This record gives sequence, structure tokens and C-alpha cells, in this order.
Amino acid sequence: MTTDTQAAAPELGKARTRKEDARLLTGQTNWTDNIVLPGLLHMAFVRSPFAHARITSVDVSAAKDMPGVIAAFSAADFGEQASLPCGWPVTEDIVMPPHPPMATDEVRYVGEAVAVVIARDRYEAADAIAAVDVNYEPLPPVLDMRAALEEGSPKVHEAGNKCYVWPFVQGDVDAAFRDAPVVVERTYRQQRLIPCAMEPRAVVASWVADEVTLWSSTQIPHVLRFALGAFFGIPEQNIRVIAPDVGGGFGSKLQVTAEEVLAVLVSRKVGRPVKWTESRSEGNLTIHHGRDQWQRIKVAADRDGRLRGLEVDLLADMGAYLMLVTPGVPLLGAFMYPAIYKMDAYSFKCTGVFTTKMPTDAYRGAGRPEATFAIERIMDELATELGMDPLELRERNWIKHEEFPYTTIATLVYDSGNYEAATARAKELFGYDELRAEQKARRVSGDPVQLGIGISTFTEMCGLAPSRVVGSLRYGVGGWENATVRVLATGKIEVVTGSSAHGQGHETAWSQIVADKLGVPFEDIRVLHGDTQVSAKGMDTYGSRSLTVGGIALVGACDKVIAKAKKVAAHLLEASENDMEFTAGRLHVRGDPGQGHSLQEIALATFTAHNFPDGTEPSLDSEHTYDPENFSFPHGTHLCATEVDTETGRVTIRSYVAVDDVGKVVNPLIVEGQVHGGIVQGIAQALYEEAVYDDDGNLLTTTLADYLVPSAADLPHLTTDRTETPATTNPLGVKGVGEAGTIASTPAVVNAIVDALRPMGIDDVPMPCTPERVWRAIKSASDTGAGQNGGGQ
Amino acid sequence: MASITVTVDGVKYSDEVEPRLLLVHYLRDRLGKTGTPVGCDTSNCGACTVHLNGVSVKSCAVLAVQADGAEITTIQGMSNGEWHPLQRAFNTEHALQCGYCTPGMIMAAADLLRTNPHPSEEEIRDGLEGNLCRCTGYQNIVRAVQRAAETGVTP
Repeated sequence: MTTDTQAAAPELGKARTRKEDARLLTGQTNWTDNIVLPGLLHMAFVRSPFAHARITSVDVSAAKDMPGVIAAFSAADFGEQASLPCGWPVTEDIVMPPHPPMATDEVRYVGEAVAVVIARDRYEAADAIAAVDVNYEPLPPVLDMRAALEEGSPKVHEAGNKCYVWPFVQGDVDAAFRDAPVVVERTYRQQRLIPCAMEPRAVVASWVADEVTLWSSTQIPHVLRFALGAFFGIPEQNIRVIAPDVGGGFGSKLQVTAEEVLAVLVSRKVGRPVKWTESRSEGNLTIHHGRDQWQRIKVAADRDGRLRGLEVDLLADMGAYLMLVTPGVPLLGAFMYPAIYKMDAYSFKCTGVFTTKMPTDAYRGAGRPEATFAIERIMDELATELGMDPLELRERNWIKHEEFPYTTIATLVYDSGNYEAATARAKELFGYDELRAEQKARRVSGDPVQLGIGISTFTEMCGLAPSRVVGSLRYGVGGWENATVRVLATGKIEVVTGSSAHGQGHETAWSQIVADKLGVPFEDIRVLHGDTQVSAKGMDTYGSRSLTVGGIALVGACDKVIAKAKKVAAHLLEASENDMEFTAGRLHVRGDPGQGHSLQEIALATFTAHNFPDGTEPSLDSEHTYDPENFSFPHGTHLCATEVDTETGRVTIRSYVAVDDVGKVVNPLIVEGQVHGGIVQGIAQALYEEAVYDDDGNLLTTTLADYLVPSAADLPHLTTDRTETPATTNPLGVKGVGEAGTIASTPAVVNAIVDALRPMGIDDVPMPCTPERVWRAIKSASDTGAGQNGGGQ
Repeated sequence: MASITVTVDGVKYSDEVEPRLLLVHYLRDRLGKTGTPVGCDTSNCGACTVHLNGVSVKSCAVLAVQADGAEITTIQGMSNGEWHPLQRAFNTEHALQCGYCTPGMIMAAADLLRTNPHPSEEEIRDGLEGNLCRCTGYQNIVRAVQRAAETGVTP
């Protein structure tokens, strides 16, 4: 990277309000569903009402006679269908069943598409799907992962219900557990979640001759273009994918969906542009779900609390098919179970299981929240077993700040961190000792409302990803990111980024980075993204990678602009290129900042090219592709105090403190917003949300009346702060923040609930910890007399 | 088909509509008022909130024919050359990320401040219970409404 430094760096770290807000606040946003094209038609899907059934016939002829209907198709009309891609076949022998966009002879989850109707407007299309006649022969559903692995279970696919087994062992696990003075084992349930981005998915496809444009509410326009080109027989150069304004994703729009592919195919068939916008109920059924794991976790320790070893055995529900990164999601967690702790040995095994439910895939945190939940929960259990304060146990085992860089037992190299500092700050803000005293008093007085304190000292791996590393894990694409900086004739700047934003504020943060690097005003910079014709190369936005990978690509592109500008300035100043310096937006001879040219002057000189160095192309525009050398490791300490009404089971979060260390911060306003939203999504898993299927495999939580995305009234005020330990593996020192809150908060809340109830002999409450579940845990403990022998601290 | 006349953001429209047409689809698909989005189909999320004769309603739960003769204000009618104080406050407090819930959130907040000009944090949280946001965790939305209340909501 360049050695040039700006005299001042006024933009990085500034709480800039966002550029994107101007359109979002005034109703000028360009959502995909807003798009209207001449001759636009509307698609509606006929979906399976069965979790598992053989399709005996599909007849669309009556639908075609309905008013306003232009066409109707079943799978037979699409001929031999290519499978929707799975880009992460995690083992050599993984079972990868075919996954046609439209079901052919069998349906394997409620909501799977079996036919499509195309009509003039969305009402007529919705009317006509009722006229499609589909006959099914029901087959037994497969709904429970454990039962699915038993001999004689009905099969989801011919090859059986086991998708893969992925083992990972480091150190001598047997030795670590042999004669260990303390062994604690627990099994935790990661319930199935529905991402529920506020904007439902929407797609518009339009062909002109042999070129297709696909607008989609997607996080991954570039990957989607590649997938359409690589797997669906459309030459890549003829495909343009546009992600207009996208209303949230949280991983759910990191997907190549049946509806996107079918929109492209249907539009070509009918010769007109088509649109599909899902209803929320349709979305809850058919947007990929998250989590859904059984986690058996076992820890061995010495009496003084030192961790010796860790064993993790997962069952992970794939759902009915493998979608884009379905099998890999639990494995992202494989590297995170050891978390911030030192230990001698670690073993991990994950078994992927097929069921007749909607496929699972990435959801905010993707594998890492699950891992963090289990390790942070069992650290509390171990502390109880040892009679130690749970914070003290963590401190005894965590990597000390002077020990970085540190290679963990899971083979990751943590470059930097300071768990002591974040924890000390969190304790101070929280009033840890005072709350412990109050907890004790309430226990002694037998207060029906008990107080619990929950701790989560977490880290995560962000910045997906070094291409070589993910390649070794059989991930289908690279982990680089691309950026282009265009210097316009008037000295204004256009930035093209391969990171495709959907709420993160790239237009603002990227402008801040460029303003500092090039010394141009924040207002003079426009950031372009989300259109493969504008941004030809990119790996898109997920895994907290935009800043840590895309931001660094941008730094590289700026450095190239400066190098080019130096050459031009040297020529104009009749000086040697090697003597040129770039300070505060000016190119000048070293030691003589008075003589020189602004970048804007160089831009104009480049545009006219009247007086230009021989053999130099007249352009300052620069592109850079950056492949990270390592992941980044944000961390933090979250503390939660809950009041649990032991008579009703109601849980109230009394206070929540989060001290996050995300390294250097580009925009503290945006960082705080990401932390707030992340924490709340994790609280939602702890207290409110669960995708529920009945015994026949029908999803019961199809609406927002049944699937409880929390409202403002359901949530506490959050106290947030930061410590700042820069990443050492990238020139900005940034670590990423998109997933941190979600990863940290779920165990903090559940630990607090269990901590409140521990004297009653309760050591777990399954999520979501609804009043009913808390009450049942209390009832069951009091029926069995579990609390009589103590168990509290 | 039924005949309706409505005034939307100060402009009068007369149209023939199907009795089953939802107001939100009338606004979006017939009038091109796409500033008001749709986030669910059970009137839980509030993304489609507009003002009907000055009172906030979820426009997915109102038929276009029910709006006959009414005055409707959408997010696109909130700024009068200058941003409404709530729009300014949402920007200042970073009360939006993806922005999908924002039009409905602002319309609901405006109605809240109309009936309760100086709400407490708890009153704001309760008052916006019918509007869901997946990005912000609501904290900055609460701050923005407090800020707008302090500065007064007259644009």
C-alpha cells in the first residue's frame, strides 16, 4: 500500500449522516417491485400443499382460460431442468440431490413450486393459480433430524437422509478428556428461524433479443449472474443483473432462487417482461430458513477452571435440498466453538440431514451465532459446576491481549484483540458487582421476580474470505473483492464497488474512505453498485465482508489513482516521478508543497491530454481486486440483566450492555446502528422467534402474526460502547460489524434467564424462551424437586 | 367496478376500481405512488402506513373504495420542498438502514406526535408497536421521534 499519508484524515471516524437517506426518507427508493416496463406481466406460483408427495398430474389448461391469463406452465414445459446451484459441497462424498427450479415428479416441502401462471396483473395471476389442477399422492414427511437418521426412516431423497459427515480434530482429545477432573456435557437446540427482511423478495426479468436483464432483490447480483451463466445455459456476457435498492437481506437474499431462474425462463418463453413479488406468507414458506441444529457439546476442565478440551457433535437440518451454501453454514461455526479460549484439544463433527422442510442457508452470522451460543452457554454451566463466577472462568481461559497474534486450537490466527479491555468497560457500564448483590438479595428474600445476569464474551471470523482458505474448504468461489475509482474530468469521483449494499450505508462509508485517500470533498464522490453492467466484478455482500474486503479493494484502487496522478504531475512540474508526494489532495515535489497541482487539476490535464507524458495512457481511473490475507476477528463483551417472573414465566430485559471491538471505525453512526440491529436480531432468537412445522410438515408460522418479529415495544434500550484494537491484517485496521450483535446477544440473554432460575435447579430453557417455556421449566423443576439441593452460586 | 375520487398528496384523482382493490395497490400500481411499500399480507408490519383524513392507517388493510372522498397523505407528500422534521430527525439519528419500513414508520410517528406531542420513550415504543423494523433495533427510531418532538413537527 502507499506510503503517502494525508496531513489530516478528517473523514475516517466521523459520524456522517448517510447519503442514501435522501431517497429512502422521501419515498423515492427504487425497490424491485416498483419497476414497471412496457408489456410487463405478473407471475404467480402454484405451490405444494404437501411436505412430501408424488406429483401424479399437473393440468394448467383451465388456468389458461382465466381472464387476463397469458400463459401457464408446469415443469413439463421447461424440459430438462438444470439444478439450482449448491456452491459449497463440503465433502467428497456429499449427497447432492437434483434441485430443479420447478418440481417434476416429487415435492419435498410445503411451498415448493409446481406450476406458474402469467397474467396481466397481480390480482388476475393470483386468481388463476386456483384453477391449476395438481394431483398428489402423499408420501410420509421427514420432519425430525434424529428420526431421519434412524434405520427405516422414510427417505427425502433416494440416496437417504444423511447428506454429509464433516469431522475436524485438533490435538489429543482423548487425552484431554481422560482423567479430566470436570467434564460437562449439554445438548442445545438451535431453533429454525425465518430471516424476515422487511422487503419481500421481488424479481423482474426482461429479454431483448438474446440479452436478459434481471432485477432482483438480492444481496449477490454478481454471483447470481455467474450462476445463470454457468448453470442455466445463458452466455454470461448476455446477462445483466441489477440489485436496485434492496430492503434488507440478513443472508436470506444470498441465494440463487427458483423464482429468479424461472422468471428468466418464463420471460423468454412469453416474449415479454415478467415480475414476481412474494407475499409475506409465501416468503416465510419459501425464503431459505436459518439455524436448525442440535448441538451436543462437551467440555473438559481442571478444577481451577482451565479448559482442557472441547467436543462438539452437530446435527444440522439441510431441509429438502442443498441451496447456495446450505451445507457450509454449520462449518463456519466449526472454527468458532473454541471462541476466545485456550485449550489443548478440540474435536468437531457435523452431520448434515435432509428433511422435508424449506432448505436452510445463511442467516445473519451463519454458523457463528450457533457456535457462540453453545460455547458461551456451556461456559456458564462449567462455572456453576466449579462454583466460580462465570466472568472469572472466562478470564482464566481467554487469550490475553499480549498473546496476539494467537493460533487457536481451531487453527485460526487471531491477529489482535483485547478481551480484558472490552470486559472491563462492559462491567463498568453494567454495574456488574451491584447487580450481583441485588441478585443475591432477591434470592434470599424469595422475590417472585428473580434477577439473572448473562454474559457473552464472543469473537467471530469476518471478512469472508482468503480465497485459498475457502478453496481448501471446497467453497465454490473466491473471497476477493473489486473496486474501481474513476476520476472524472471535473475532478469529481465515481466509485464502483463490487460490494452490493442493502442497508449497510456503503455510499456514505465508501465516500469517507475515498475522501481521505484522495483528499477530495465527501460531497464530490458518488458510489455506484449493484448492477453488473456498472460493476462488472464483485463477490457481493455477506459475512461482514464489505468493509474488510471491499473497503480494502477501494484503498488499493485509490493508491493506483495516486500513482498515476504522480506521473502526470511530475511531467507537468518537470520533476522526477520519484520526487513526487501527495498530501492533502495535492501533488507536489517533496519538501515543496507550494509548487504543485491539485488532483482536480491533474484530472483536467488527463482529460485534455494536451501535454502528457510519452507512453502514458491518459486516464487516472484505476481498478483493484483485493484478496484478504486472513479473516478479521471482531470481539466484545455483552452483559444482559433479565428479570424473570417465576409465577408467570415472563422475561423482561432490564439492562443490556454491549462493548464491541470492531477495530478502526469508518463511521461510528453506522457502526452503532449495525450493533443495535444485530443485538435485537439475537434477542429475537432468544425470546420470540421460531419457525414451527406441524406433524404433517405444514409451516404454522407463515405470517408476522405467527412468527414474532419483535416490535419496539418488545425490546429494551441498549447501552453500547466500543474499544478499539485495530486489525493488523489490513491497512484500515477494520474488522467488520454486520453480524457481531447477533452472534453475541442470544447467549447473553439465555444465560441471564438460566442464571435467574439456577437456584430452582434449572440449567436450560429451550429457545425461544417464551413465558410458557420458562413457566414449564419452573414447573418441571419444582415437580421433581430439582432445586432442593441448591445449584445456585 | 366502482368509481372513486380521492385526493392523494394534494392531487385529486377519479378512477374506476375493482371493489377488492387494496388502497396500497391503488396507490402503487394505479397512481405510481411507489413511496409506500408493502411488507406483509396480514397488516402486522406497518410498512404501508399512510394518513387517511389525517389519521394513520395501514393501506393494505383498506380497500380503495373505502377511501372514496378521502384525503390521503403518503411519505411522498410529507416534504414541502423542505424535509418534514421527522425526515430530518430520522436522518440525523440514523433511524433507518435499508429504509423499507421507513415510510410507514414516519407516517405512524407523525400520527403519534399529533395525538401525543411529547411522548416518553415507553409511549413511543408502544405507539410504534404496529410498525416492524428488522434493521435498526428501534433505538435510533425512538431517538428520532424524541428529536422531532423536541423540535416540533410543523415543517
